[in-house]
Amino acid sequence: MTDTAAIISVKNLIKQFGRFAALRGVSAEFSAGRFYVILGDNGAGKTTLLRALAGLAHPTRGEVSILGKSPHQACCDVGYMAHPSLLYDEMSGMENLKYFARLYGISGDEPCRQAIRSVRLDPALARPVGQYSQGMRQRMSLARAILHDPRILFLDEPFSNVDVHSAQEMVGLLKGMRDAGKTIFVVTHQAALLEGVADEFIWMQTGQIVDRTASFAQPAAGAPQP
Amino acid sequence: MNSLWPITLASLAKDIRLEWRSKDAINSMLFFSLLVVVIFSFSFDPTAEESREIAGGLVWVAFLFSAIVALNQTWARELRNQVLDAYRVSPAPANALFLSKAFGNFILVTLLEAVMAPLFMVFYNLRVLGAAWELIPVGILGTWALVASGTFFAAMSIRTRMREVMLPLILFPLSIPAIQSMVEATRIILSGDGNPRFWIVLLLTYDVVFTTACLALFETVLQAE
Repeated sequence: MTDTAAIISVKNLIKQFGRFAALRGVSAEFSAGRFYVILGDNGAGKTTLLRALAGLAHPTRGEVSILGKSPHQACCDVGYMAHPSLLYDEMSGMENLKYFARLYGISGDEPCRQAIRSVRLDPALARPVGQYSQGMRQRMSLARAILHDPRILFLDEPFSNVDVHSAQEMVGLLKGMRDAGKTIFVVTHQAALLEGVADEFIWMQTGQIVDRTASFAQPAAGAPQP
Repeated sequence: MNSLWPITLASLAKDIRLEWRSKDAINSMLFFSLLVVVIFSFSFDPTAEESREIAGGLVWVAFLFSAIVALNQTWARELRNQVLDAYRVSPAPANALFLSKAFGNFILVTLLEAVMAPLFMVFYNLRVLGAAWELIPVGILGTWALVASGTFFAAMSIRTRMREVMLPLILFPLSIPAIQSMVEATRIILSGDGNPRFWIVLLLTYDVVFTTACLALFETVLQAE
């Protein structure tokens, strides 16, 4: 079920790295239970926006509000998956998840097993994550992000270096999560995979949101900012 | 509610497991420390009396240089695959991470000291003339002084280029009061010449001040970009 009230609000967000402005006054509101895809060329500010939403990049100016709280206060409601796996290569998937579960105050093995099963991996797999294929690593990384059952997911390039079959499998998983009521943000260069699944495509250019479309159709050059 | 100690213990257990599997830090530390002992023993040919005077300095310099290896390794693990970001987005307290890293380094450096101290005694023909038990508080307080401030400054330097060089540049000057206390206390105990209490209290003071400061500032260091 989709709740149309805005759960994330971004006001005049500016993020500078030295003299380079990665975000130039981004303002937007995002509703609950929707699947957003953030698109744009390299350097458009997609990853910086996602990191600012997750609380990993501190805005130079402007503010981010998630469920009426700061990103840091809302951390239990947020799951974050980056391009790197955010997992220890020397430990198995289960060992990794058991450690991260403790950070969220989750005890016992069952929630970890459940998270691993939900991304269609085997919790009994004893191999260290460093020996996983890229597709398996991405799925285990997704399991880590959903371990504490967050309401909002921020996923940065979840399909990169993943074969088409694994990517489609991941898209199916994400669709299921959105249908279960989670709000999902995906930064990707493979937006075609998400056509028909995503609710909204957010187009970024030089640190600004230049368009928001319901389908994967490139906006006209010079399109006004919403 | 995530409390400090369960997460500290979970992070410490994870670090010990990773070190047990890779043995990255302990092998390098042992090898480096052994080299220092052997090279110094060939470079100088001191009498037993001279050994007691210089051994305090040699032993702590060897441990300090070896500890740098562990300190750099501690945070390098968290940078691989950007795992540190997973900690930063979690509700876990920043100080739990700092304490687990400091305890982990303390265990590693203490293990190193336990292996290397007898070798030092043999290579330098040392015999303790003072109260030998006093070496225990000096060892514990001295090791904590190295690892607490070292863990903090290693965290500060992880995002800098040439971080392996940056850490000693920041750590060594700030550790001078602690190093002087360790060296003097060890020299006094080995030679039996005087009372090391002043230096032990100074070391304790250094530990309390630096541990408090590190705990107060670590969240800022962890959340820095």
